[in-house]
Amino acid sequence: MNAIAKQVWALPGGIHPPENKHQSTASAIAEPFIPTELVLPLSQHIGSPSKVVVAVGDAVLKGQLLAECQGNVSAAVHAPTSGVISAIENRAIPHASGMSAMAIVLKPDGKDQWRERQPWQNWRDMPRDDIFARIAAAGVIGLGGAGFPTATKLGFDPERINTLVLNGTECEPYITADDMIMRERADEIIAGAQIMADLLQVERVLIGIEDNKPEAIAAMQAAIPDSLAARFIIKTFATKYPSGGEKQLIWILTGQEVPSGRIPADLGIVCQNVGTAAALYRAVVQDEPLISRITTVTGDAVGQLGNREVLIGTPMNELLEAHNVDWQKADRLVMGGPMMGVALADAKVPVIKTTNCLLLPTRKELPLAGPEMPCIRCGHCEQACPAGLLPQQMLFYAKNKELERLEQQNLFDCIECGACAYVCPSDIPLVQYYRFGKGEIRREQAEHEKSERAKARFEARQARLEAEKAEKEAKRQARAEAARKAAEAKKKEGSAAPAAIAKATSKVAAQSGPIDIAALEKAVASAQAKVDQAIVKLNEAKETDPGNLPAYERALGKFEEKLAKAKTALTEGKAKADDPVERAKRQAAAKAAGVGPSVADLEKKVATQRQRLQKIAEKLKAAQDNGDDTSAIEKGMQATQARLNKAQAELDKAKAEQAPADDVGAKAIAAAKEAAAKRAAGIGPSADELRGKVAKQQERLAKIEQKLADAQAAGEDVSAIEKGRDATAKRLEKMQAELAQLEE
Amino acid sequence: MITILVAIAALGILSLLFGALLGFASVKFRPEGNPIVEQIDAILPQTQCGQCGYPGCRPYAEAIANGDDINKCPPGGESTILALADLLDVEPQPLDAEHGTEKPKQVAIIREDECIGCTKCIQACPVDAIVGAAKQMHTVIADECTGCDLCVDPCPVDCIDMVPVETTLNTWYWNKPDANIIATDGGRQ
Amino acid sequence: MPLITLSSPHSAKPTKISTVMGTVLLCMIPGFIALTVFFSYGYLINLALAVVTALLLEAGSLALRKRPIKFFITDLSVVVTAALLAASLPPFAPWWITVVGTATAVLFGKHIFGGMGQNPFNPAMLAYALLLVSFPVQMTTNWPVVDVYVSIGDTLRAIFAGNVVDGWVGATPLDYYKLNLATQTADEILASSLFNGWLPAGWVWVSLAWLAGGLVLIWRRIITWHLPVSMIATLALLSLVFGIDSDSFTPASIHLLAGATMLGAFFIITDPVSCATSNRGKLVFGAGVGVLTYVIRTWGNYPDAIAFATLLMNFAAPFIDHYTKPRTYGHTKAHKGHK
Repeated sequence: MNAIAKQVWALPGGIHPPENKHQSTASAIAEPFIPTELVLPLSQHIGSPSKVVVAVGDAVLKGQLLAECQGNVSAAVHAPTSGVISAIENRAIPHASGMSAMAIVLKPDGKDQWRERQPWQNWRDMPRDDIFARIAAAGVIGLGGAGFPTATKLGFDPERINTLVLNGTECEPYITADDMIMRERADEIIAGAQIMADLLQVERVLIGIEDNKPEAIAAMQAAIPDSLAARFIIKTFATKYPSGGEKQLIWILTGQEVPSGRIPADLGIVCQNVGTAAALYRAVVQDEPLISRITTVTGDAVGQLGNREVLIGTPMNELLEAHNVDWQKADRLVMGGPMMGVALADAKVPVIKTTNCLLLPTRKELPLAGPEMPCIRCGHCEQACPAGLLPQQMLFYAKNKELERLEQQNLFDCIECGACAYVCPSDIPLVQYYRFGKGEIRREQAEHEKSERAKARFEARQARLEAEKAEKEAKRQARAEAARKAAEAKKKEGSAAPAAIAKATSKVAAQSGPIDIAALEKAVASAQAKVDQAIVKLNEAKETDPGNLPAYERALGKFEEKLAKAKTALTEGKAKADDPVERAKRQAAAKAAGVGPSVADLEKKVATQRQRLQKIAEKLKAAQDNGDDTSAIEKGMQATQARLNKAQAELDKAKAEQAPADDVGAKAIAAAKEAAAKRAAGIGPSADELRGKVAKQQERLAKIEQKLADAQAAGEDVSAIEKGRDATAKRLEKMQAELAQLEE
Repeated sequence: MITILVAIAALGILSLLFGALLGFASVKFRPEGNPIVEQIDAILPQTQCGQCGYPGCRPYAEAIANGDDINKCPPGGESTILALADLLDVEPQPLDAEHGTEKPKQVAIIREDECIGCTKCIQACPVDAIVGAAKQMHTVIADECTGCDLCVDPCPVDCIDMVPVETTLNTWYWNKPDANIIATDGGRQ
Repeated sequence: MPLITLSSPHSAKPTKISTVMGTVLLCMIPGFIALTVFFSYGYLINLALAVVTALLLEAGSLALRKRPIKFFITDLSVVVTAALLAASLPPFAPWWITVVGTATAVLFGKHIFGGMGQNPFNPAMLAYALLLVSFPVQMTTNWPVVDVYVSIGDTLRAIFAGNVVDGWVGATPLDYYKLNLATQTADEILASSLFNGWLPAGWVWVSLAWLAGGLVLIWRRIITWHLPVSMIATLALLSLVFGIDSDSFTPASIHLLAGATMLGAFFIITDPVSCATSNRGKLVFGAGVGVLTYVIRTWGNYPDAIAFATLLMNFAAPFIDHYTKPRTYGHTKAHKGHK
């Protein structure tokens, strides 16, 4: 059934390098062989590296899982043959940098024993999830060279996808792996494609093959059953490099362009290599995970050119030995084709899942490029570019590291196909410049991100330090505030008891403040009282305790000394108090304490003003006698008179305050003061006074009794009131006893 | 004579007019703050190491905006000097050796066996990239470490090493092809 | 044997700069043959003179700039410049005109800008313009007349000793046509001895020879069709439109076949270093040259305007490049200019 459709779109640009494919298509695909060791890197695919699930020393069977998927985009690694895990370590991998990566090293035991396999007779009967699970567990990745995990690609939402593109193009010179697999295993490919088409529920499958592979086209045609002929369409097109690139092939087969930065799935297209389709068939139907692939071994330095099915992990040097390589002639070891392949330094690296070709050219076959000449702006590179870029401009910007402009030239749309460098007459290594440019831009972006983070962290740290400082400052201020408030509160309390305040200030003043005469007098009074008491005790002791007489006499002596000291202090203090400085100090202290100046001070003030007035009057008289101008003196006299009046008024006021007539509180305090003074002097209260006190106490007690009765009636808590009542009753008893004693 | 006077008058009026316009624009459209400081700060590498003599990158950016030299930043290196020269339209100068030399990127790493938990390095780190507490193990968050070197001195047991950042498979890329024919080729390459 | 590790691609087309330049030189051969056969040996003599001067000066400049001489001189770019200049200069002009012109082209047109690939102007046209402006007499009175045979000996004497006989030189068709349009009608001009009914065969053959060489260049993919086609098309269009008034404007056929139109279209404006980069840009560039050529020829002071038109468009080439970037795959439209 002729399933070839006509419409294809021409690829812009492109080149026609010599194909050199005939050398490796002469023979059929050779059988795999088991090498001395197998090195299986954990990251042979795009996405996260696999996670090892075996340990060193484990015996494994062919097809056994060695490392599982890690994350959403990952692939598994399986044992290509049975043997023992001899190491899990860093090994050289086929990468342009020559670096090493973690790999599982397997020592084959030669038995090539499979693990248990469960082939499915009819995969269509299996549930979708099971099929997906099997694909995911099989480690199938894109075998065309990119290595994207197939399970992820086939996992796209079928609603989105309407076309499956099978890439049988193999546009790069020398490589014939896909050609051979299409010739020999077309039925596997079509079967695999059917699985893919089913999973993605696509309307059509487009198979793109270049017209330089007539046998492959025929084989594929034959493999498509009639029932699928409408859905599976083979499109052939003129050979041109690089038609096989995913984006380019999509354009050629469908006329659609994948938008920059997006994936073909956004157009509803999924693209898979024919080798991947065959591997998928084996994985799903025969339960054979991906453990081998077809690799082309070619180049003039190779003795036996051709394709071979190679076990993944086979060291390249062993594979090449099997093809009789002449190391003397080999100029390069290229993994891949001459246009996009990676030149490797070490042949001992393993064949990995994406190794589609090993090319060993001689110097003559692929001569080295000459030294780089200046660009002559011929524009051939722009004509060759399949992506519509301006390689010239990208070169200039990459050379001068003008990275911003380089990116604006759509550098990241470059597929690094090498067509531009191929045509350049100046031998400029254009692709290397673009790879360098891409690396620089990515590195700068990473650095920029890192420095933004560092800046944010730095600013956060600054903020944190500021906040801590502010907190400390706030705490200190709060403490100062509290102290100030406490001081103020104390001041406010004392305004109702100027005497108490005066006492406090006098205590302070006793060290350095103004001199308080009242305190000194009190001291004398108390000392006197103590002396009197001592005399009384001594007289008593003469009769009751004659043995301790000297002690009593000594005590009396002490008290008399103290009295003498107090008297001296008083005399001195009085003298000092008249000192104007002291007076001022006193007045200031009094003002600070919110207390007005004492009566004594005011009297002194009045006296001073009177003196001054007198002096001025004398001055005035003298001036009048002399006939001088007296206006100034008169003014001064008036001022002094005013001050005198003011002082007099203050004095009167203070005197009045000192003897509050109606203020009950003041009265009580005054009474308390008198009583205290009397007690200090050893004088008890008089009988009359006591009687008055008793009467008052009785009143109070009656009041409390009433309160208690009320509370009890109301059912309130009475414990506090009872306490108060008891205290008052006790005090009353005491007073009554005193009275009784006095009246005796 | 008249024509000369007319010409002078015309030019005079025009210049007054445009001067007024410019003056108005300079007041009305004056940008907030000094945007040049932001731009300079964006170029500096944010290592916050203080090797330039200023306590952080922002103060150095402000100093540069006020006329300070642009060649005091060793972590920024040649590329930063060139970028600053470009931005400010001044001559690029070689890195001032007084402030240090350009070293490859480094990160700090604490030898945990020797750490005594004194928190001195934590206090010294300008980007808070060291995790730890008093008497607890200290360790450097490698991703956040800018390689500024400020933690090494305060450590009383000298247990911090500065190790160069290694290229990984993910960060490796091709070098620029060497096209220089004679020594003076290259310029800004 | 140690394996070489270079970046891909590992193979390249064997084309080198010398290949490109060599092909250009080969394609100029028909033109030179036609010029010699129909006009004068002077063209060959000038070619030899120019090439020798150019090679010497190039070697000297490279030595001064400390570049490897053999490496650069074998790219044949300076030979192409010399050839273009020799094809443009009047064949009976004194030898020092050729030498000064070549020196200007190599030194001021190429090396002062940094050598290969750095010149913003077409070096040959720069030299031509300089000569035309500096030595107008020598540049305008030494053009050959068709069908007058001058032996090689006489030509050599003319060039090196200055013995130019009046009968050997005359006005070029474009020059003559333009000068006489003011006073005569088209028919009268064509009836004159210079034209004898139409353009003399010599001019037509020369133009066709340049055209043939140019077509080979396109076939060999050394140049693309965009520049020549746009220039010729624009020139043709303008001259056809204006030429409707045939008594005031030179007809299209004369514009296209006389003068240096074909040489210019295929060999001069296609100098890769100084023309526009992208294909779209080349179309604009070529159109610009066509317009300017017509304008200068019709209303300007010079009879042949290719040199000035090319130089003016060389000025504009970077600007054209800014705005004619090709559309990249996956983008909806081309990105214009820089940000």
